[in-house]
Amino acid sequence: MIPAIDIQQVHKHFGDLHALKGIDLRIEQGEFFALLGPNGAGKSTLINLLAGLLRPTSGHLQVMGFDVNTQYLQARHALGVVPQELVFDPFFNVREMLRFQAGYFGRGRENDAWVDEVIESLGLTDKAHTNMRRLSGGMKRRALIAQALAHKPPVIVLDEPTAGVDVELRQTMWDFIRRLNREGHTIILTTHYLEEAETLCSRIAMMKLGQIVALDSTRNLLNRLPGKKLQLKLDNALPLSLQPLVRDQHDHFYILALSEVAQLEYILAELRLASVAIEDLQLVEADLEDVFVDLVG
Amino acid sequence: MVDLINSRMRGPWTLFKKELLRFWRVGFQTVAAPVMTALLYLLIFSHVLQDKVQVYPGVGYTAFLIPGLIMMSLLQNSFANSSSSLIQSKVMGNIIFVMLTPISYLQFFLAFLAASIIRGMVVGACIYLVAIFFVDLPLAHPGWILVFALLGSALMGTFGIIAGIWAEKFDQMAAFQNFVIMPLSFLSGVFYSIHSLPPFWQQVSHLNPFFYMIDGFRYGFFGAGDISPFISLGVVLACFFALSLVTLRMLKFGYKLRG
Repeated sequence: MIPAIDIQQVHKHFGDLHALKGIDLRIEQGEFFALLGPNGAGKSTLINLLAGLLRPTSGHLQVMGFDVNTQYLQARHALGVVPQELVFDPFFNVREMLRFQAGYFGRGRENDAWVDEVIESLGLTDKAHTNMRRLSGGMKRRALIAQALAHKPPVIVLDEPTAGVDVELRQTMWDFIRRLNREGHTIILTTHYLEEAETLCSRIAMMKLGQIVALDSTRNLLNRLPGKKLQLKLDNALPLSLQPLVRDQHDHFYILALSEVAQLEYILAELRLASVAIEDLQLVEADLEDVFVDLVG
Repeated sequence: MVDLINSRMRGPWTLFKKELLRFWRVGFQTVAAPVMTALLYLLIFSHVLQDKVQVYPGVGYTAFLIPGLIMMSLLQNSFANSSSSLIQSKVMGNIIFVMLTPISYLQFFLAFLAASIIRGMVVGACIYLVAIFFVDLPLAHPGWILVFALLGSALMGTFGIIAGIWAEKFDQMAAFQNFVIMPLSFLSGVFYSIHSLPPFWQQVSHLNPFFYMIDGFRYGFFGAGDISPFISLGVVLACFFALSLVTLRMLKFGYKLRG
């Protein structure tokens, strides 16, 4: 089957800055894929290259088998992009914007039922006739997502879609995106909320300084750190002997990284020796954030 | 009407429709205001100069002035339509909604051009309709009037696309308007015949494309002008094709639009 996204040896220079250093990436149709990385890693540059907003210095990018530069008409039909910035056209209301967006892709009145469905699914029904200027930040974000979906593209790229969005909308939005994914749409997500990527995505690529430093299934990435985390709330400061294990701390709350459960006995013994009492204790599995910090932090 | 357009053409058609709606939504600013400005010019200049200046035999100064004012407003508003839409979209960031679509660079050009022509023609028609209430204006060659109105608005719509793509800030656009468009339009023979100028400034006026658009347009009303309308047509056509080629090249290579 033709991959939804096929990126081969893509380099991008901005003057002296080598923003992307030979990216190779293949995303299959129907995947829910996450692209993670710190600011400046090159995620948005890669998305902009896929969308045709930037041109690669070298290399090839395809969407549903169509080259984004030489077959851009077909490639753009296949792609819907939710941009990171809250951009909008202040002259029009939500429904008008969605109809225009669908129209740009050649969709006419026959697409209105889909536009209505998108509006309803994203909780925009009450705001359908409200000017974009008058929407709150969260509502603008919903409208942006709706715009990317207006022409029902098979591949949907969501660049930080939940930034500044309340919990309720996040839930509504993910339910709808999950449904689209079940119906066969390929979803590519960049997010700072790593728990979203962990929960939603079957495969993850982690980027750092213009390179992919990890590309694997979510399960395999989580298994890379076999250890656990010990969350402790103490009545006093942690003994110096345990400081090398500290992953995070504030006041007398500590998170310690354990490579094996047997370390727990040693920690408890050290605390007893220092006469530090435990007020609360929790042993949890390493999550994607730990893997992320380990690989790109 | 939209459903009569095939899916290949629906993209540029939608963009054209959106551009029309964009200026229509702010009609007071985009149509009523330039009509009012032109009528104020007409009122003041005709009051001061009507009985003192006669440019063509048998043509009063007010009648002489009207075609020039119509054309000047038409040109300025065609330019303003495409340039303001593009600079606003770039500054607001919503240009991305068009850049992500399969609309080709030629279709993009045609959609912006058509919307600019319509705004220019609407403003010009409104000034004409109001002016003929006050002044008896002949229509010697309506065909020339239509040709120069269409070509003039097309040329300036194209120039507006270039300015809109080039400018990155409202400040740059204002400089373009105030230091290029305004001087060229005011020094083009709107308010006078270039035959009233010293020989040197007559020669300089011949380098101004606005002069040919206005003189050709005026010829359509009075059957008289500073030069042959065919020469004006040739110059305006050449300028339009040259600017169109530059614009299409900028759009094709994504100049200041795609990195």
